[in-house]
Amino acid sequence: MLKRVHFPASLLPYLLVAPQVIITLIFFIWPASQAVYQSFLIEDAFGFSTEFVWFENFEYLLQDDHYRDSFGRTIFFSAAVAFLSMSFALILAGFADRVIRGSTTYRTLLIWPYAVAPVLAGALFLFMFNPTIGIFPYLLEMVGYDWNHYLNGSQAMFLVIIAAAWKQVAYNFLFYLAAMQSIPRSIIEAAAIDGAGPIRRFATIIFPLISPTTFFLLVINAVYAFFETFGIIHAVTQGGPANSTTTLVYKVYNDGFIGLDLGGSAAQSVILMFLVIVMTVIQFRFIEKRVQY
Amino acid sequence: MAGITLDSLTKSYGPTEVLHHISADIEDGEFVVIVGPSGCGKSTLLRMVAGLESITSGEVSIGGKVVNTLEPADRDIAMVFQNYALYPHMTVRQNMAYGLKIRKMPKAEIDRRVQEAAEILEIAQYLDRKPRQLSGGQRQRVAMGRAIVRDPQVFLFDEPLSNLDAKLRVQMRLEIRKLQKRLGVTSIFVTHDQVEAMTLGDRLMVLNGGYVEQFGTPIELYERPASVFVAGFIGSPAMNFFRATADGLSVTLPNGAVVPTAQSARGGVICGLRPEHLVRDPSGPIEMEVELLEHLGGVTLLHGPLQGTDQQMVISLEGISEVQIGDRLRFSLPPELVHLFDAQTDRRIG
Repeated sequence: MLKRVHFPASLLPYLLVAPQVIITLIFFIWPASQAVYQSFLIEDAFGFSTEFVWFENFEYLLQDDHYRDSFGRTIFFSAAVAFLSMSFALILAGFADRVIRGSTTYRTLLIWPYAVAPVLAGALFLFMFNPTIGIFPYLLEMVGYDWNHYLNGSQAMFLVIIAAAWKQVAYNFLFYLAAMQSIPRSIIEAAAIDGAGPIRRFATIIFPLISPTTFFLLVINAVYAFFETFGIIHAVTQGGPANSTTTLVYKVYNDGFIGLDLGGSAAQSVILMFLVIVMTVIQFRFIEKRVQY
Repeated sequence: MAGITLDSLTKSYGPTEVLHHISADIEDGEFVVIVGPSGCGKSTLLRMVAGLESITSGEVSIGGKVVNTLEPADRDIAMVFQNYALYPHMTVRQNMAYGLKIRKMPKAEIDRRVQEAAEILEIAQYLDRKPRQLSGGQRQRVAMGRAIVRDPQVFLFDEPLSNLDAKLRVQMRLEIRKLQKRLGVTSIFVTHDQVEAMTLGDRLMVLNGGYVEQFGTPIELYERPASVFVAGFIGSPAMNFFRATADGLSVTLPNGAVVPTAQSARGGVICGLRPEHLVRDPSGPIEMEVELLEHLGGVTLLHGPLQGTDQQMVISLEGISEVQIGDRLRFSLPPELVHLFDAQTDRRIG
């Protein structure tokens, strides 16, 4: 029999986990429960009276055209961000994997954008695309294209997609590069001897072999685009023009803190909470199994 | 089918030269084994022939055509890797057909070739399995199959047997040999295992530190090793070496024993005696005290110091010997079986 290790004071283990438990309680569990509670209330804009209304907020949301539009927009936004950032990262990783000289420098530089805060990333693109002082509208004007994302909803959407994707490229790149480097060199060499050129090797050997990483990143990027792009949207467009870049997360903020509809905003965040739970479950269920080959 | 010519092939990594002016002519249909200790550059040499490693200087020709600047795909070679390098996401059939598909061969022809190769290698029943569902020996066969369906001019083997267990290794060794003879494809096989090298190769290239020590048939290497390195590398158990002084047709060992030789020499030499060439002889010049016995059944190995020195030597006697530990025995050998090497250059004398 092995002797069980006993700590002299049974308080110690609790003390050790206490910081994490306290943080989780204060910053996650408490706000989440508050949100659930709030979602059942209707409050007037001045906070004078509140009424408990059960699911009325949710019923209203499901009938609200604005909300449904925002849902569709968010899905489009997420798909575009995930696709753009993943495909661009894949291409970069494919090239970085082939570089021999100075590869560390390339990798380091390519990882930098990940360290940039979302708001700053947004501000960066805001300045580059500012219709008055930005460099891109200036260049676009020279080829006769009129850029003004303050007026044109599609351009605004394009801009937040680009900004959000740019920031995520670094993260995806890192995972793709690691996945590619874990493929045994000899498999690539065998394909080269079999007569496959670089593009064909990429398509028939490398890409199938990194499919587990692709699936993992797909979930991660969807979660990112859904929930973590608030800072970028807030800095670049504030959800406008005419709600054309109001994603679900931005709408939670907008309805709650600008529109002061706390109940409706809370109901939206509860729906988002369920979405993130579903995505997490998908991630754990399928990532564990990996993509079979 | 084609021969291979290496002409003064050199490989450098930066200022470090790892292969030094290697030249060799490999004939059409010949099976050449490159053998040497790890780090001697044998795999690098093979990879230069394959086109996976750049050539610093010199030329590689396959079938009389210089292939230095050709991509691996254009050299008409097939390679079997140490870890098999099968495509894990493809079935055995897809693995074998991959190279043919890329060459845009008609589907019927691909099927025919894959089926034929699978039958030769006895893997026809595994064609629809993935590599991870196969054992090491079966994967090895698939890797071979992938090489032979291509019907290339040259086979290259990069230590393909070293991941197999001992029994399977012997079996696969014979099969590779048979297959190569049957197909008659020029082959280069890299290994660090001297038994593998001796049994497989028509000719062996012994590499050491980036230099070719000797290039010849297994028997030549055994009977007339060109250097101390080759003499010690080829043959098991390894040859016994003694620093000795030569005086005409005899050498004097460190303990004063005088051994007659067939080769005349003078001054400091290294004298090499194969364990299996020494025979019991009560009046022989070489005396040993037996410290350890190894009974291997077919032979008995005697370990102990050369009398009067602390230098260990090994003697191999046929059959099960009645020798006891502690016995002092005398041995002799025919003068023509004494190998002499120059003490300075390590090269063979005569």
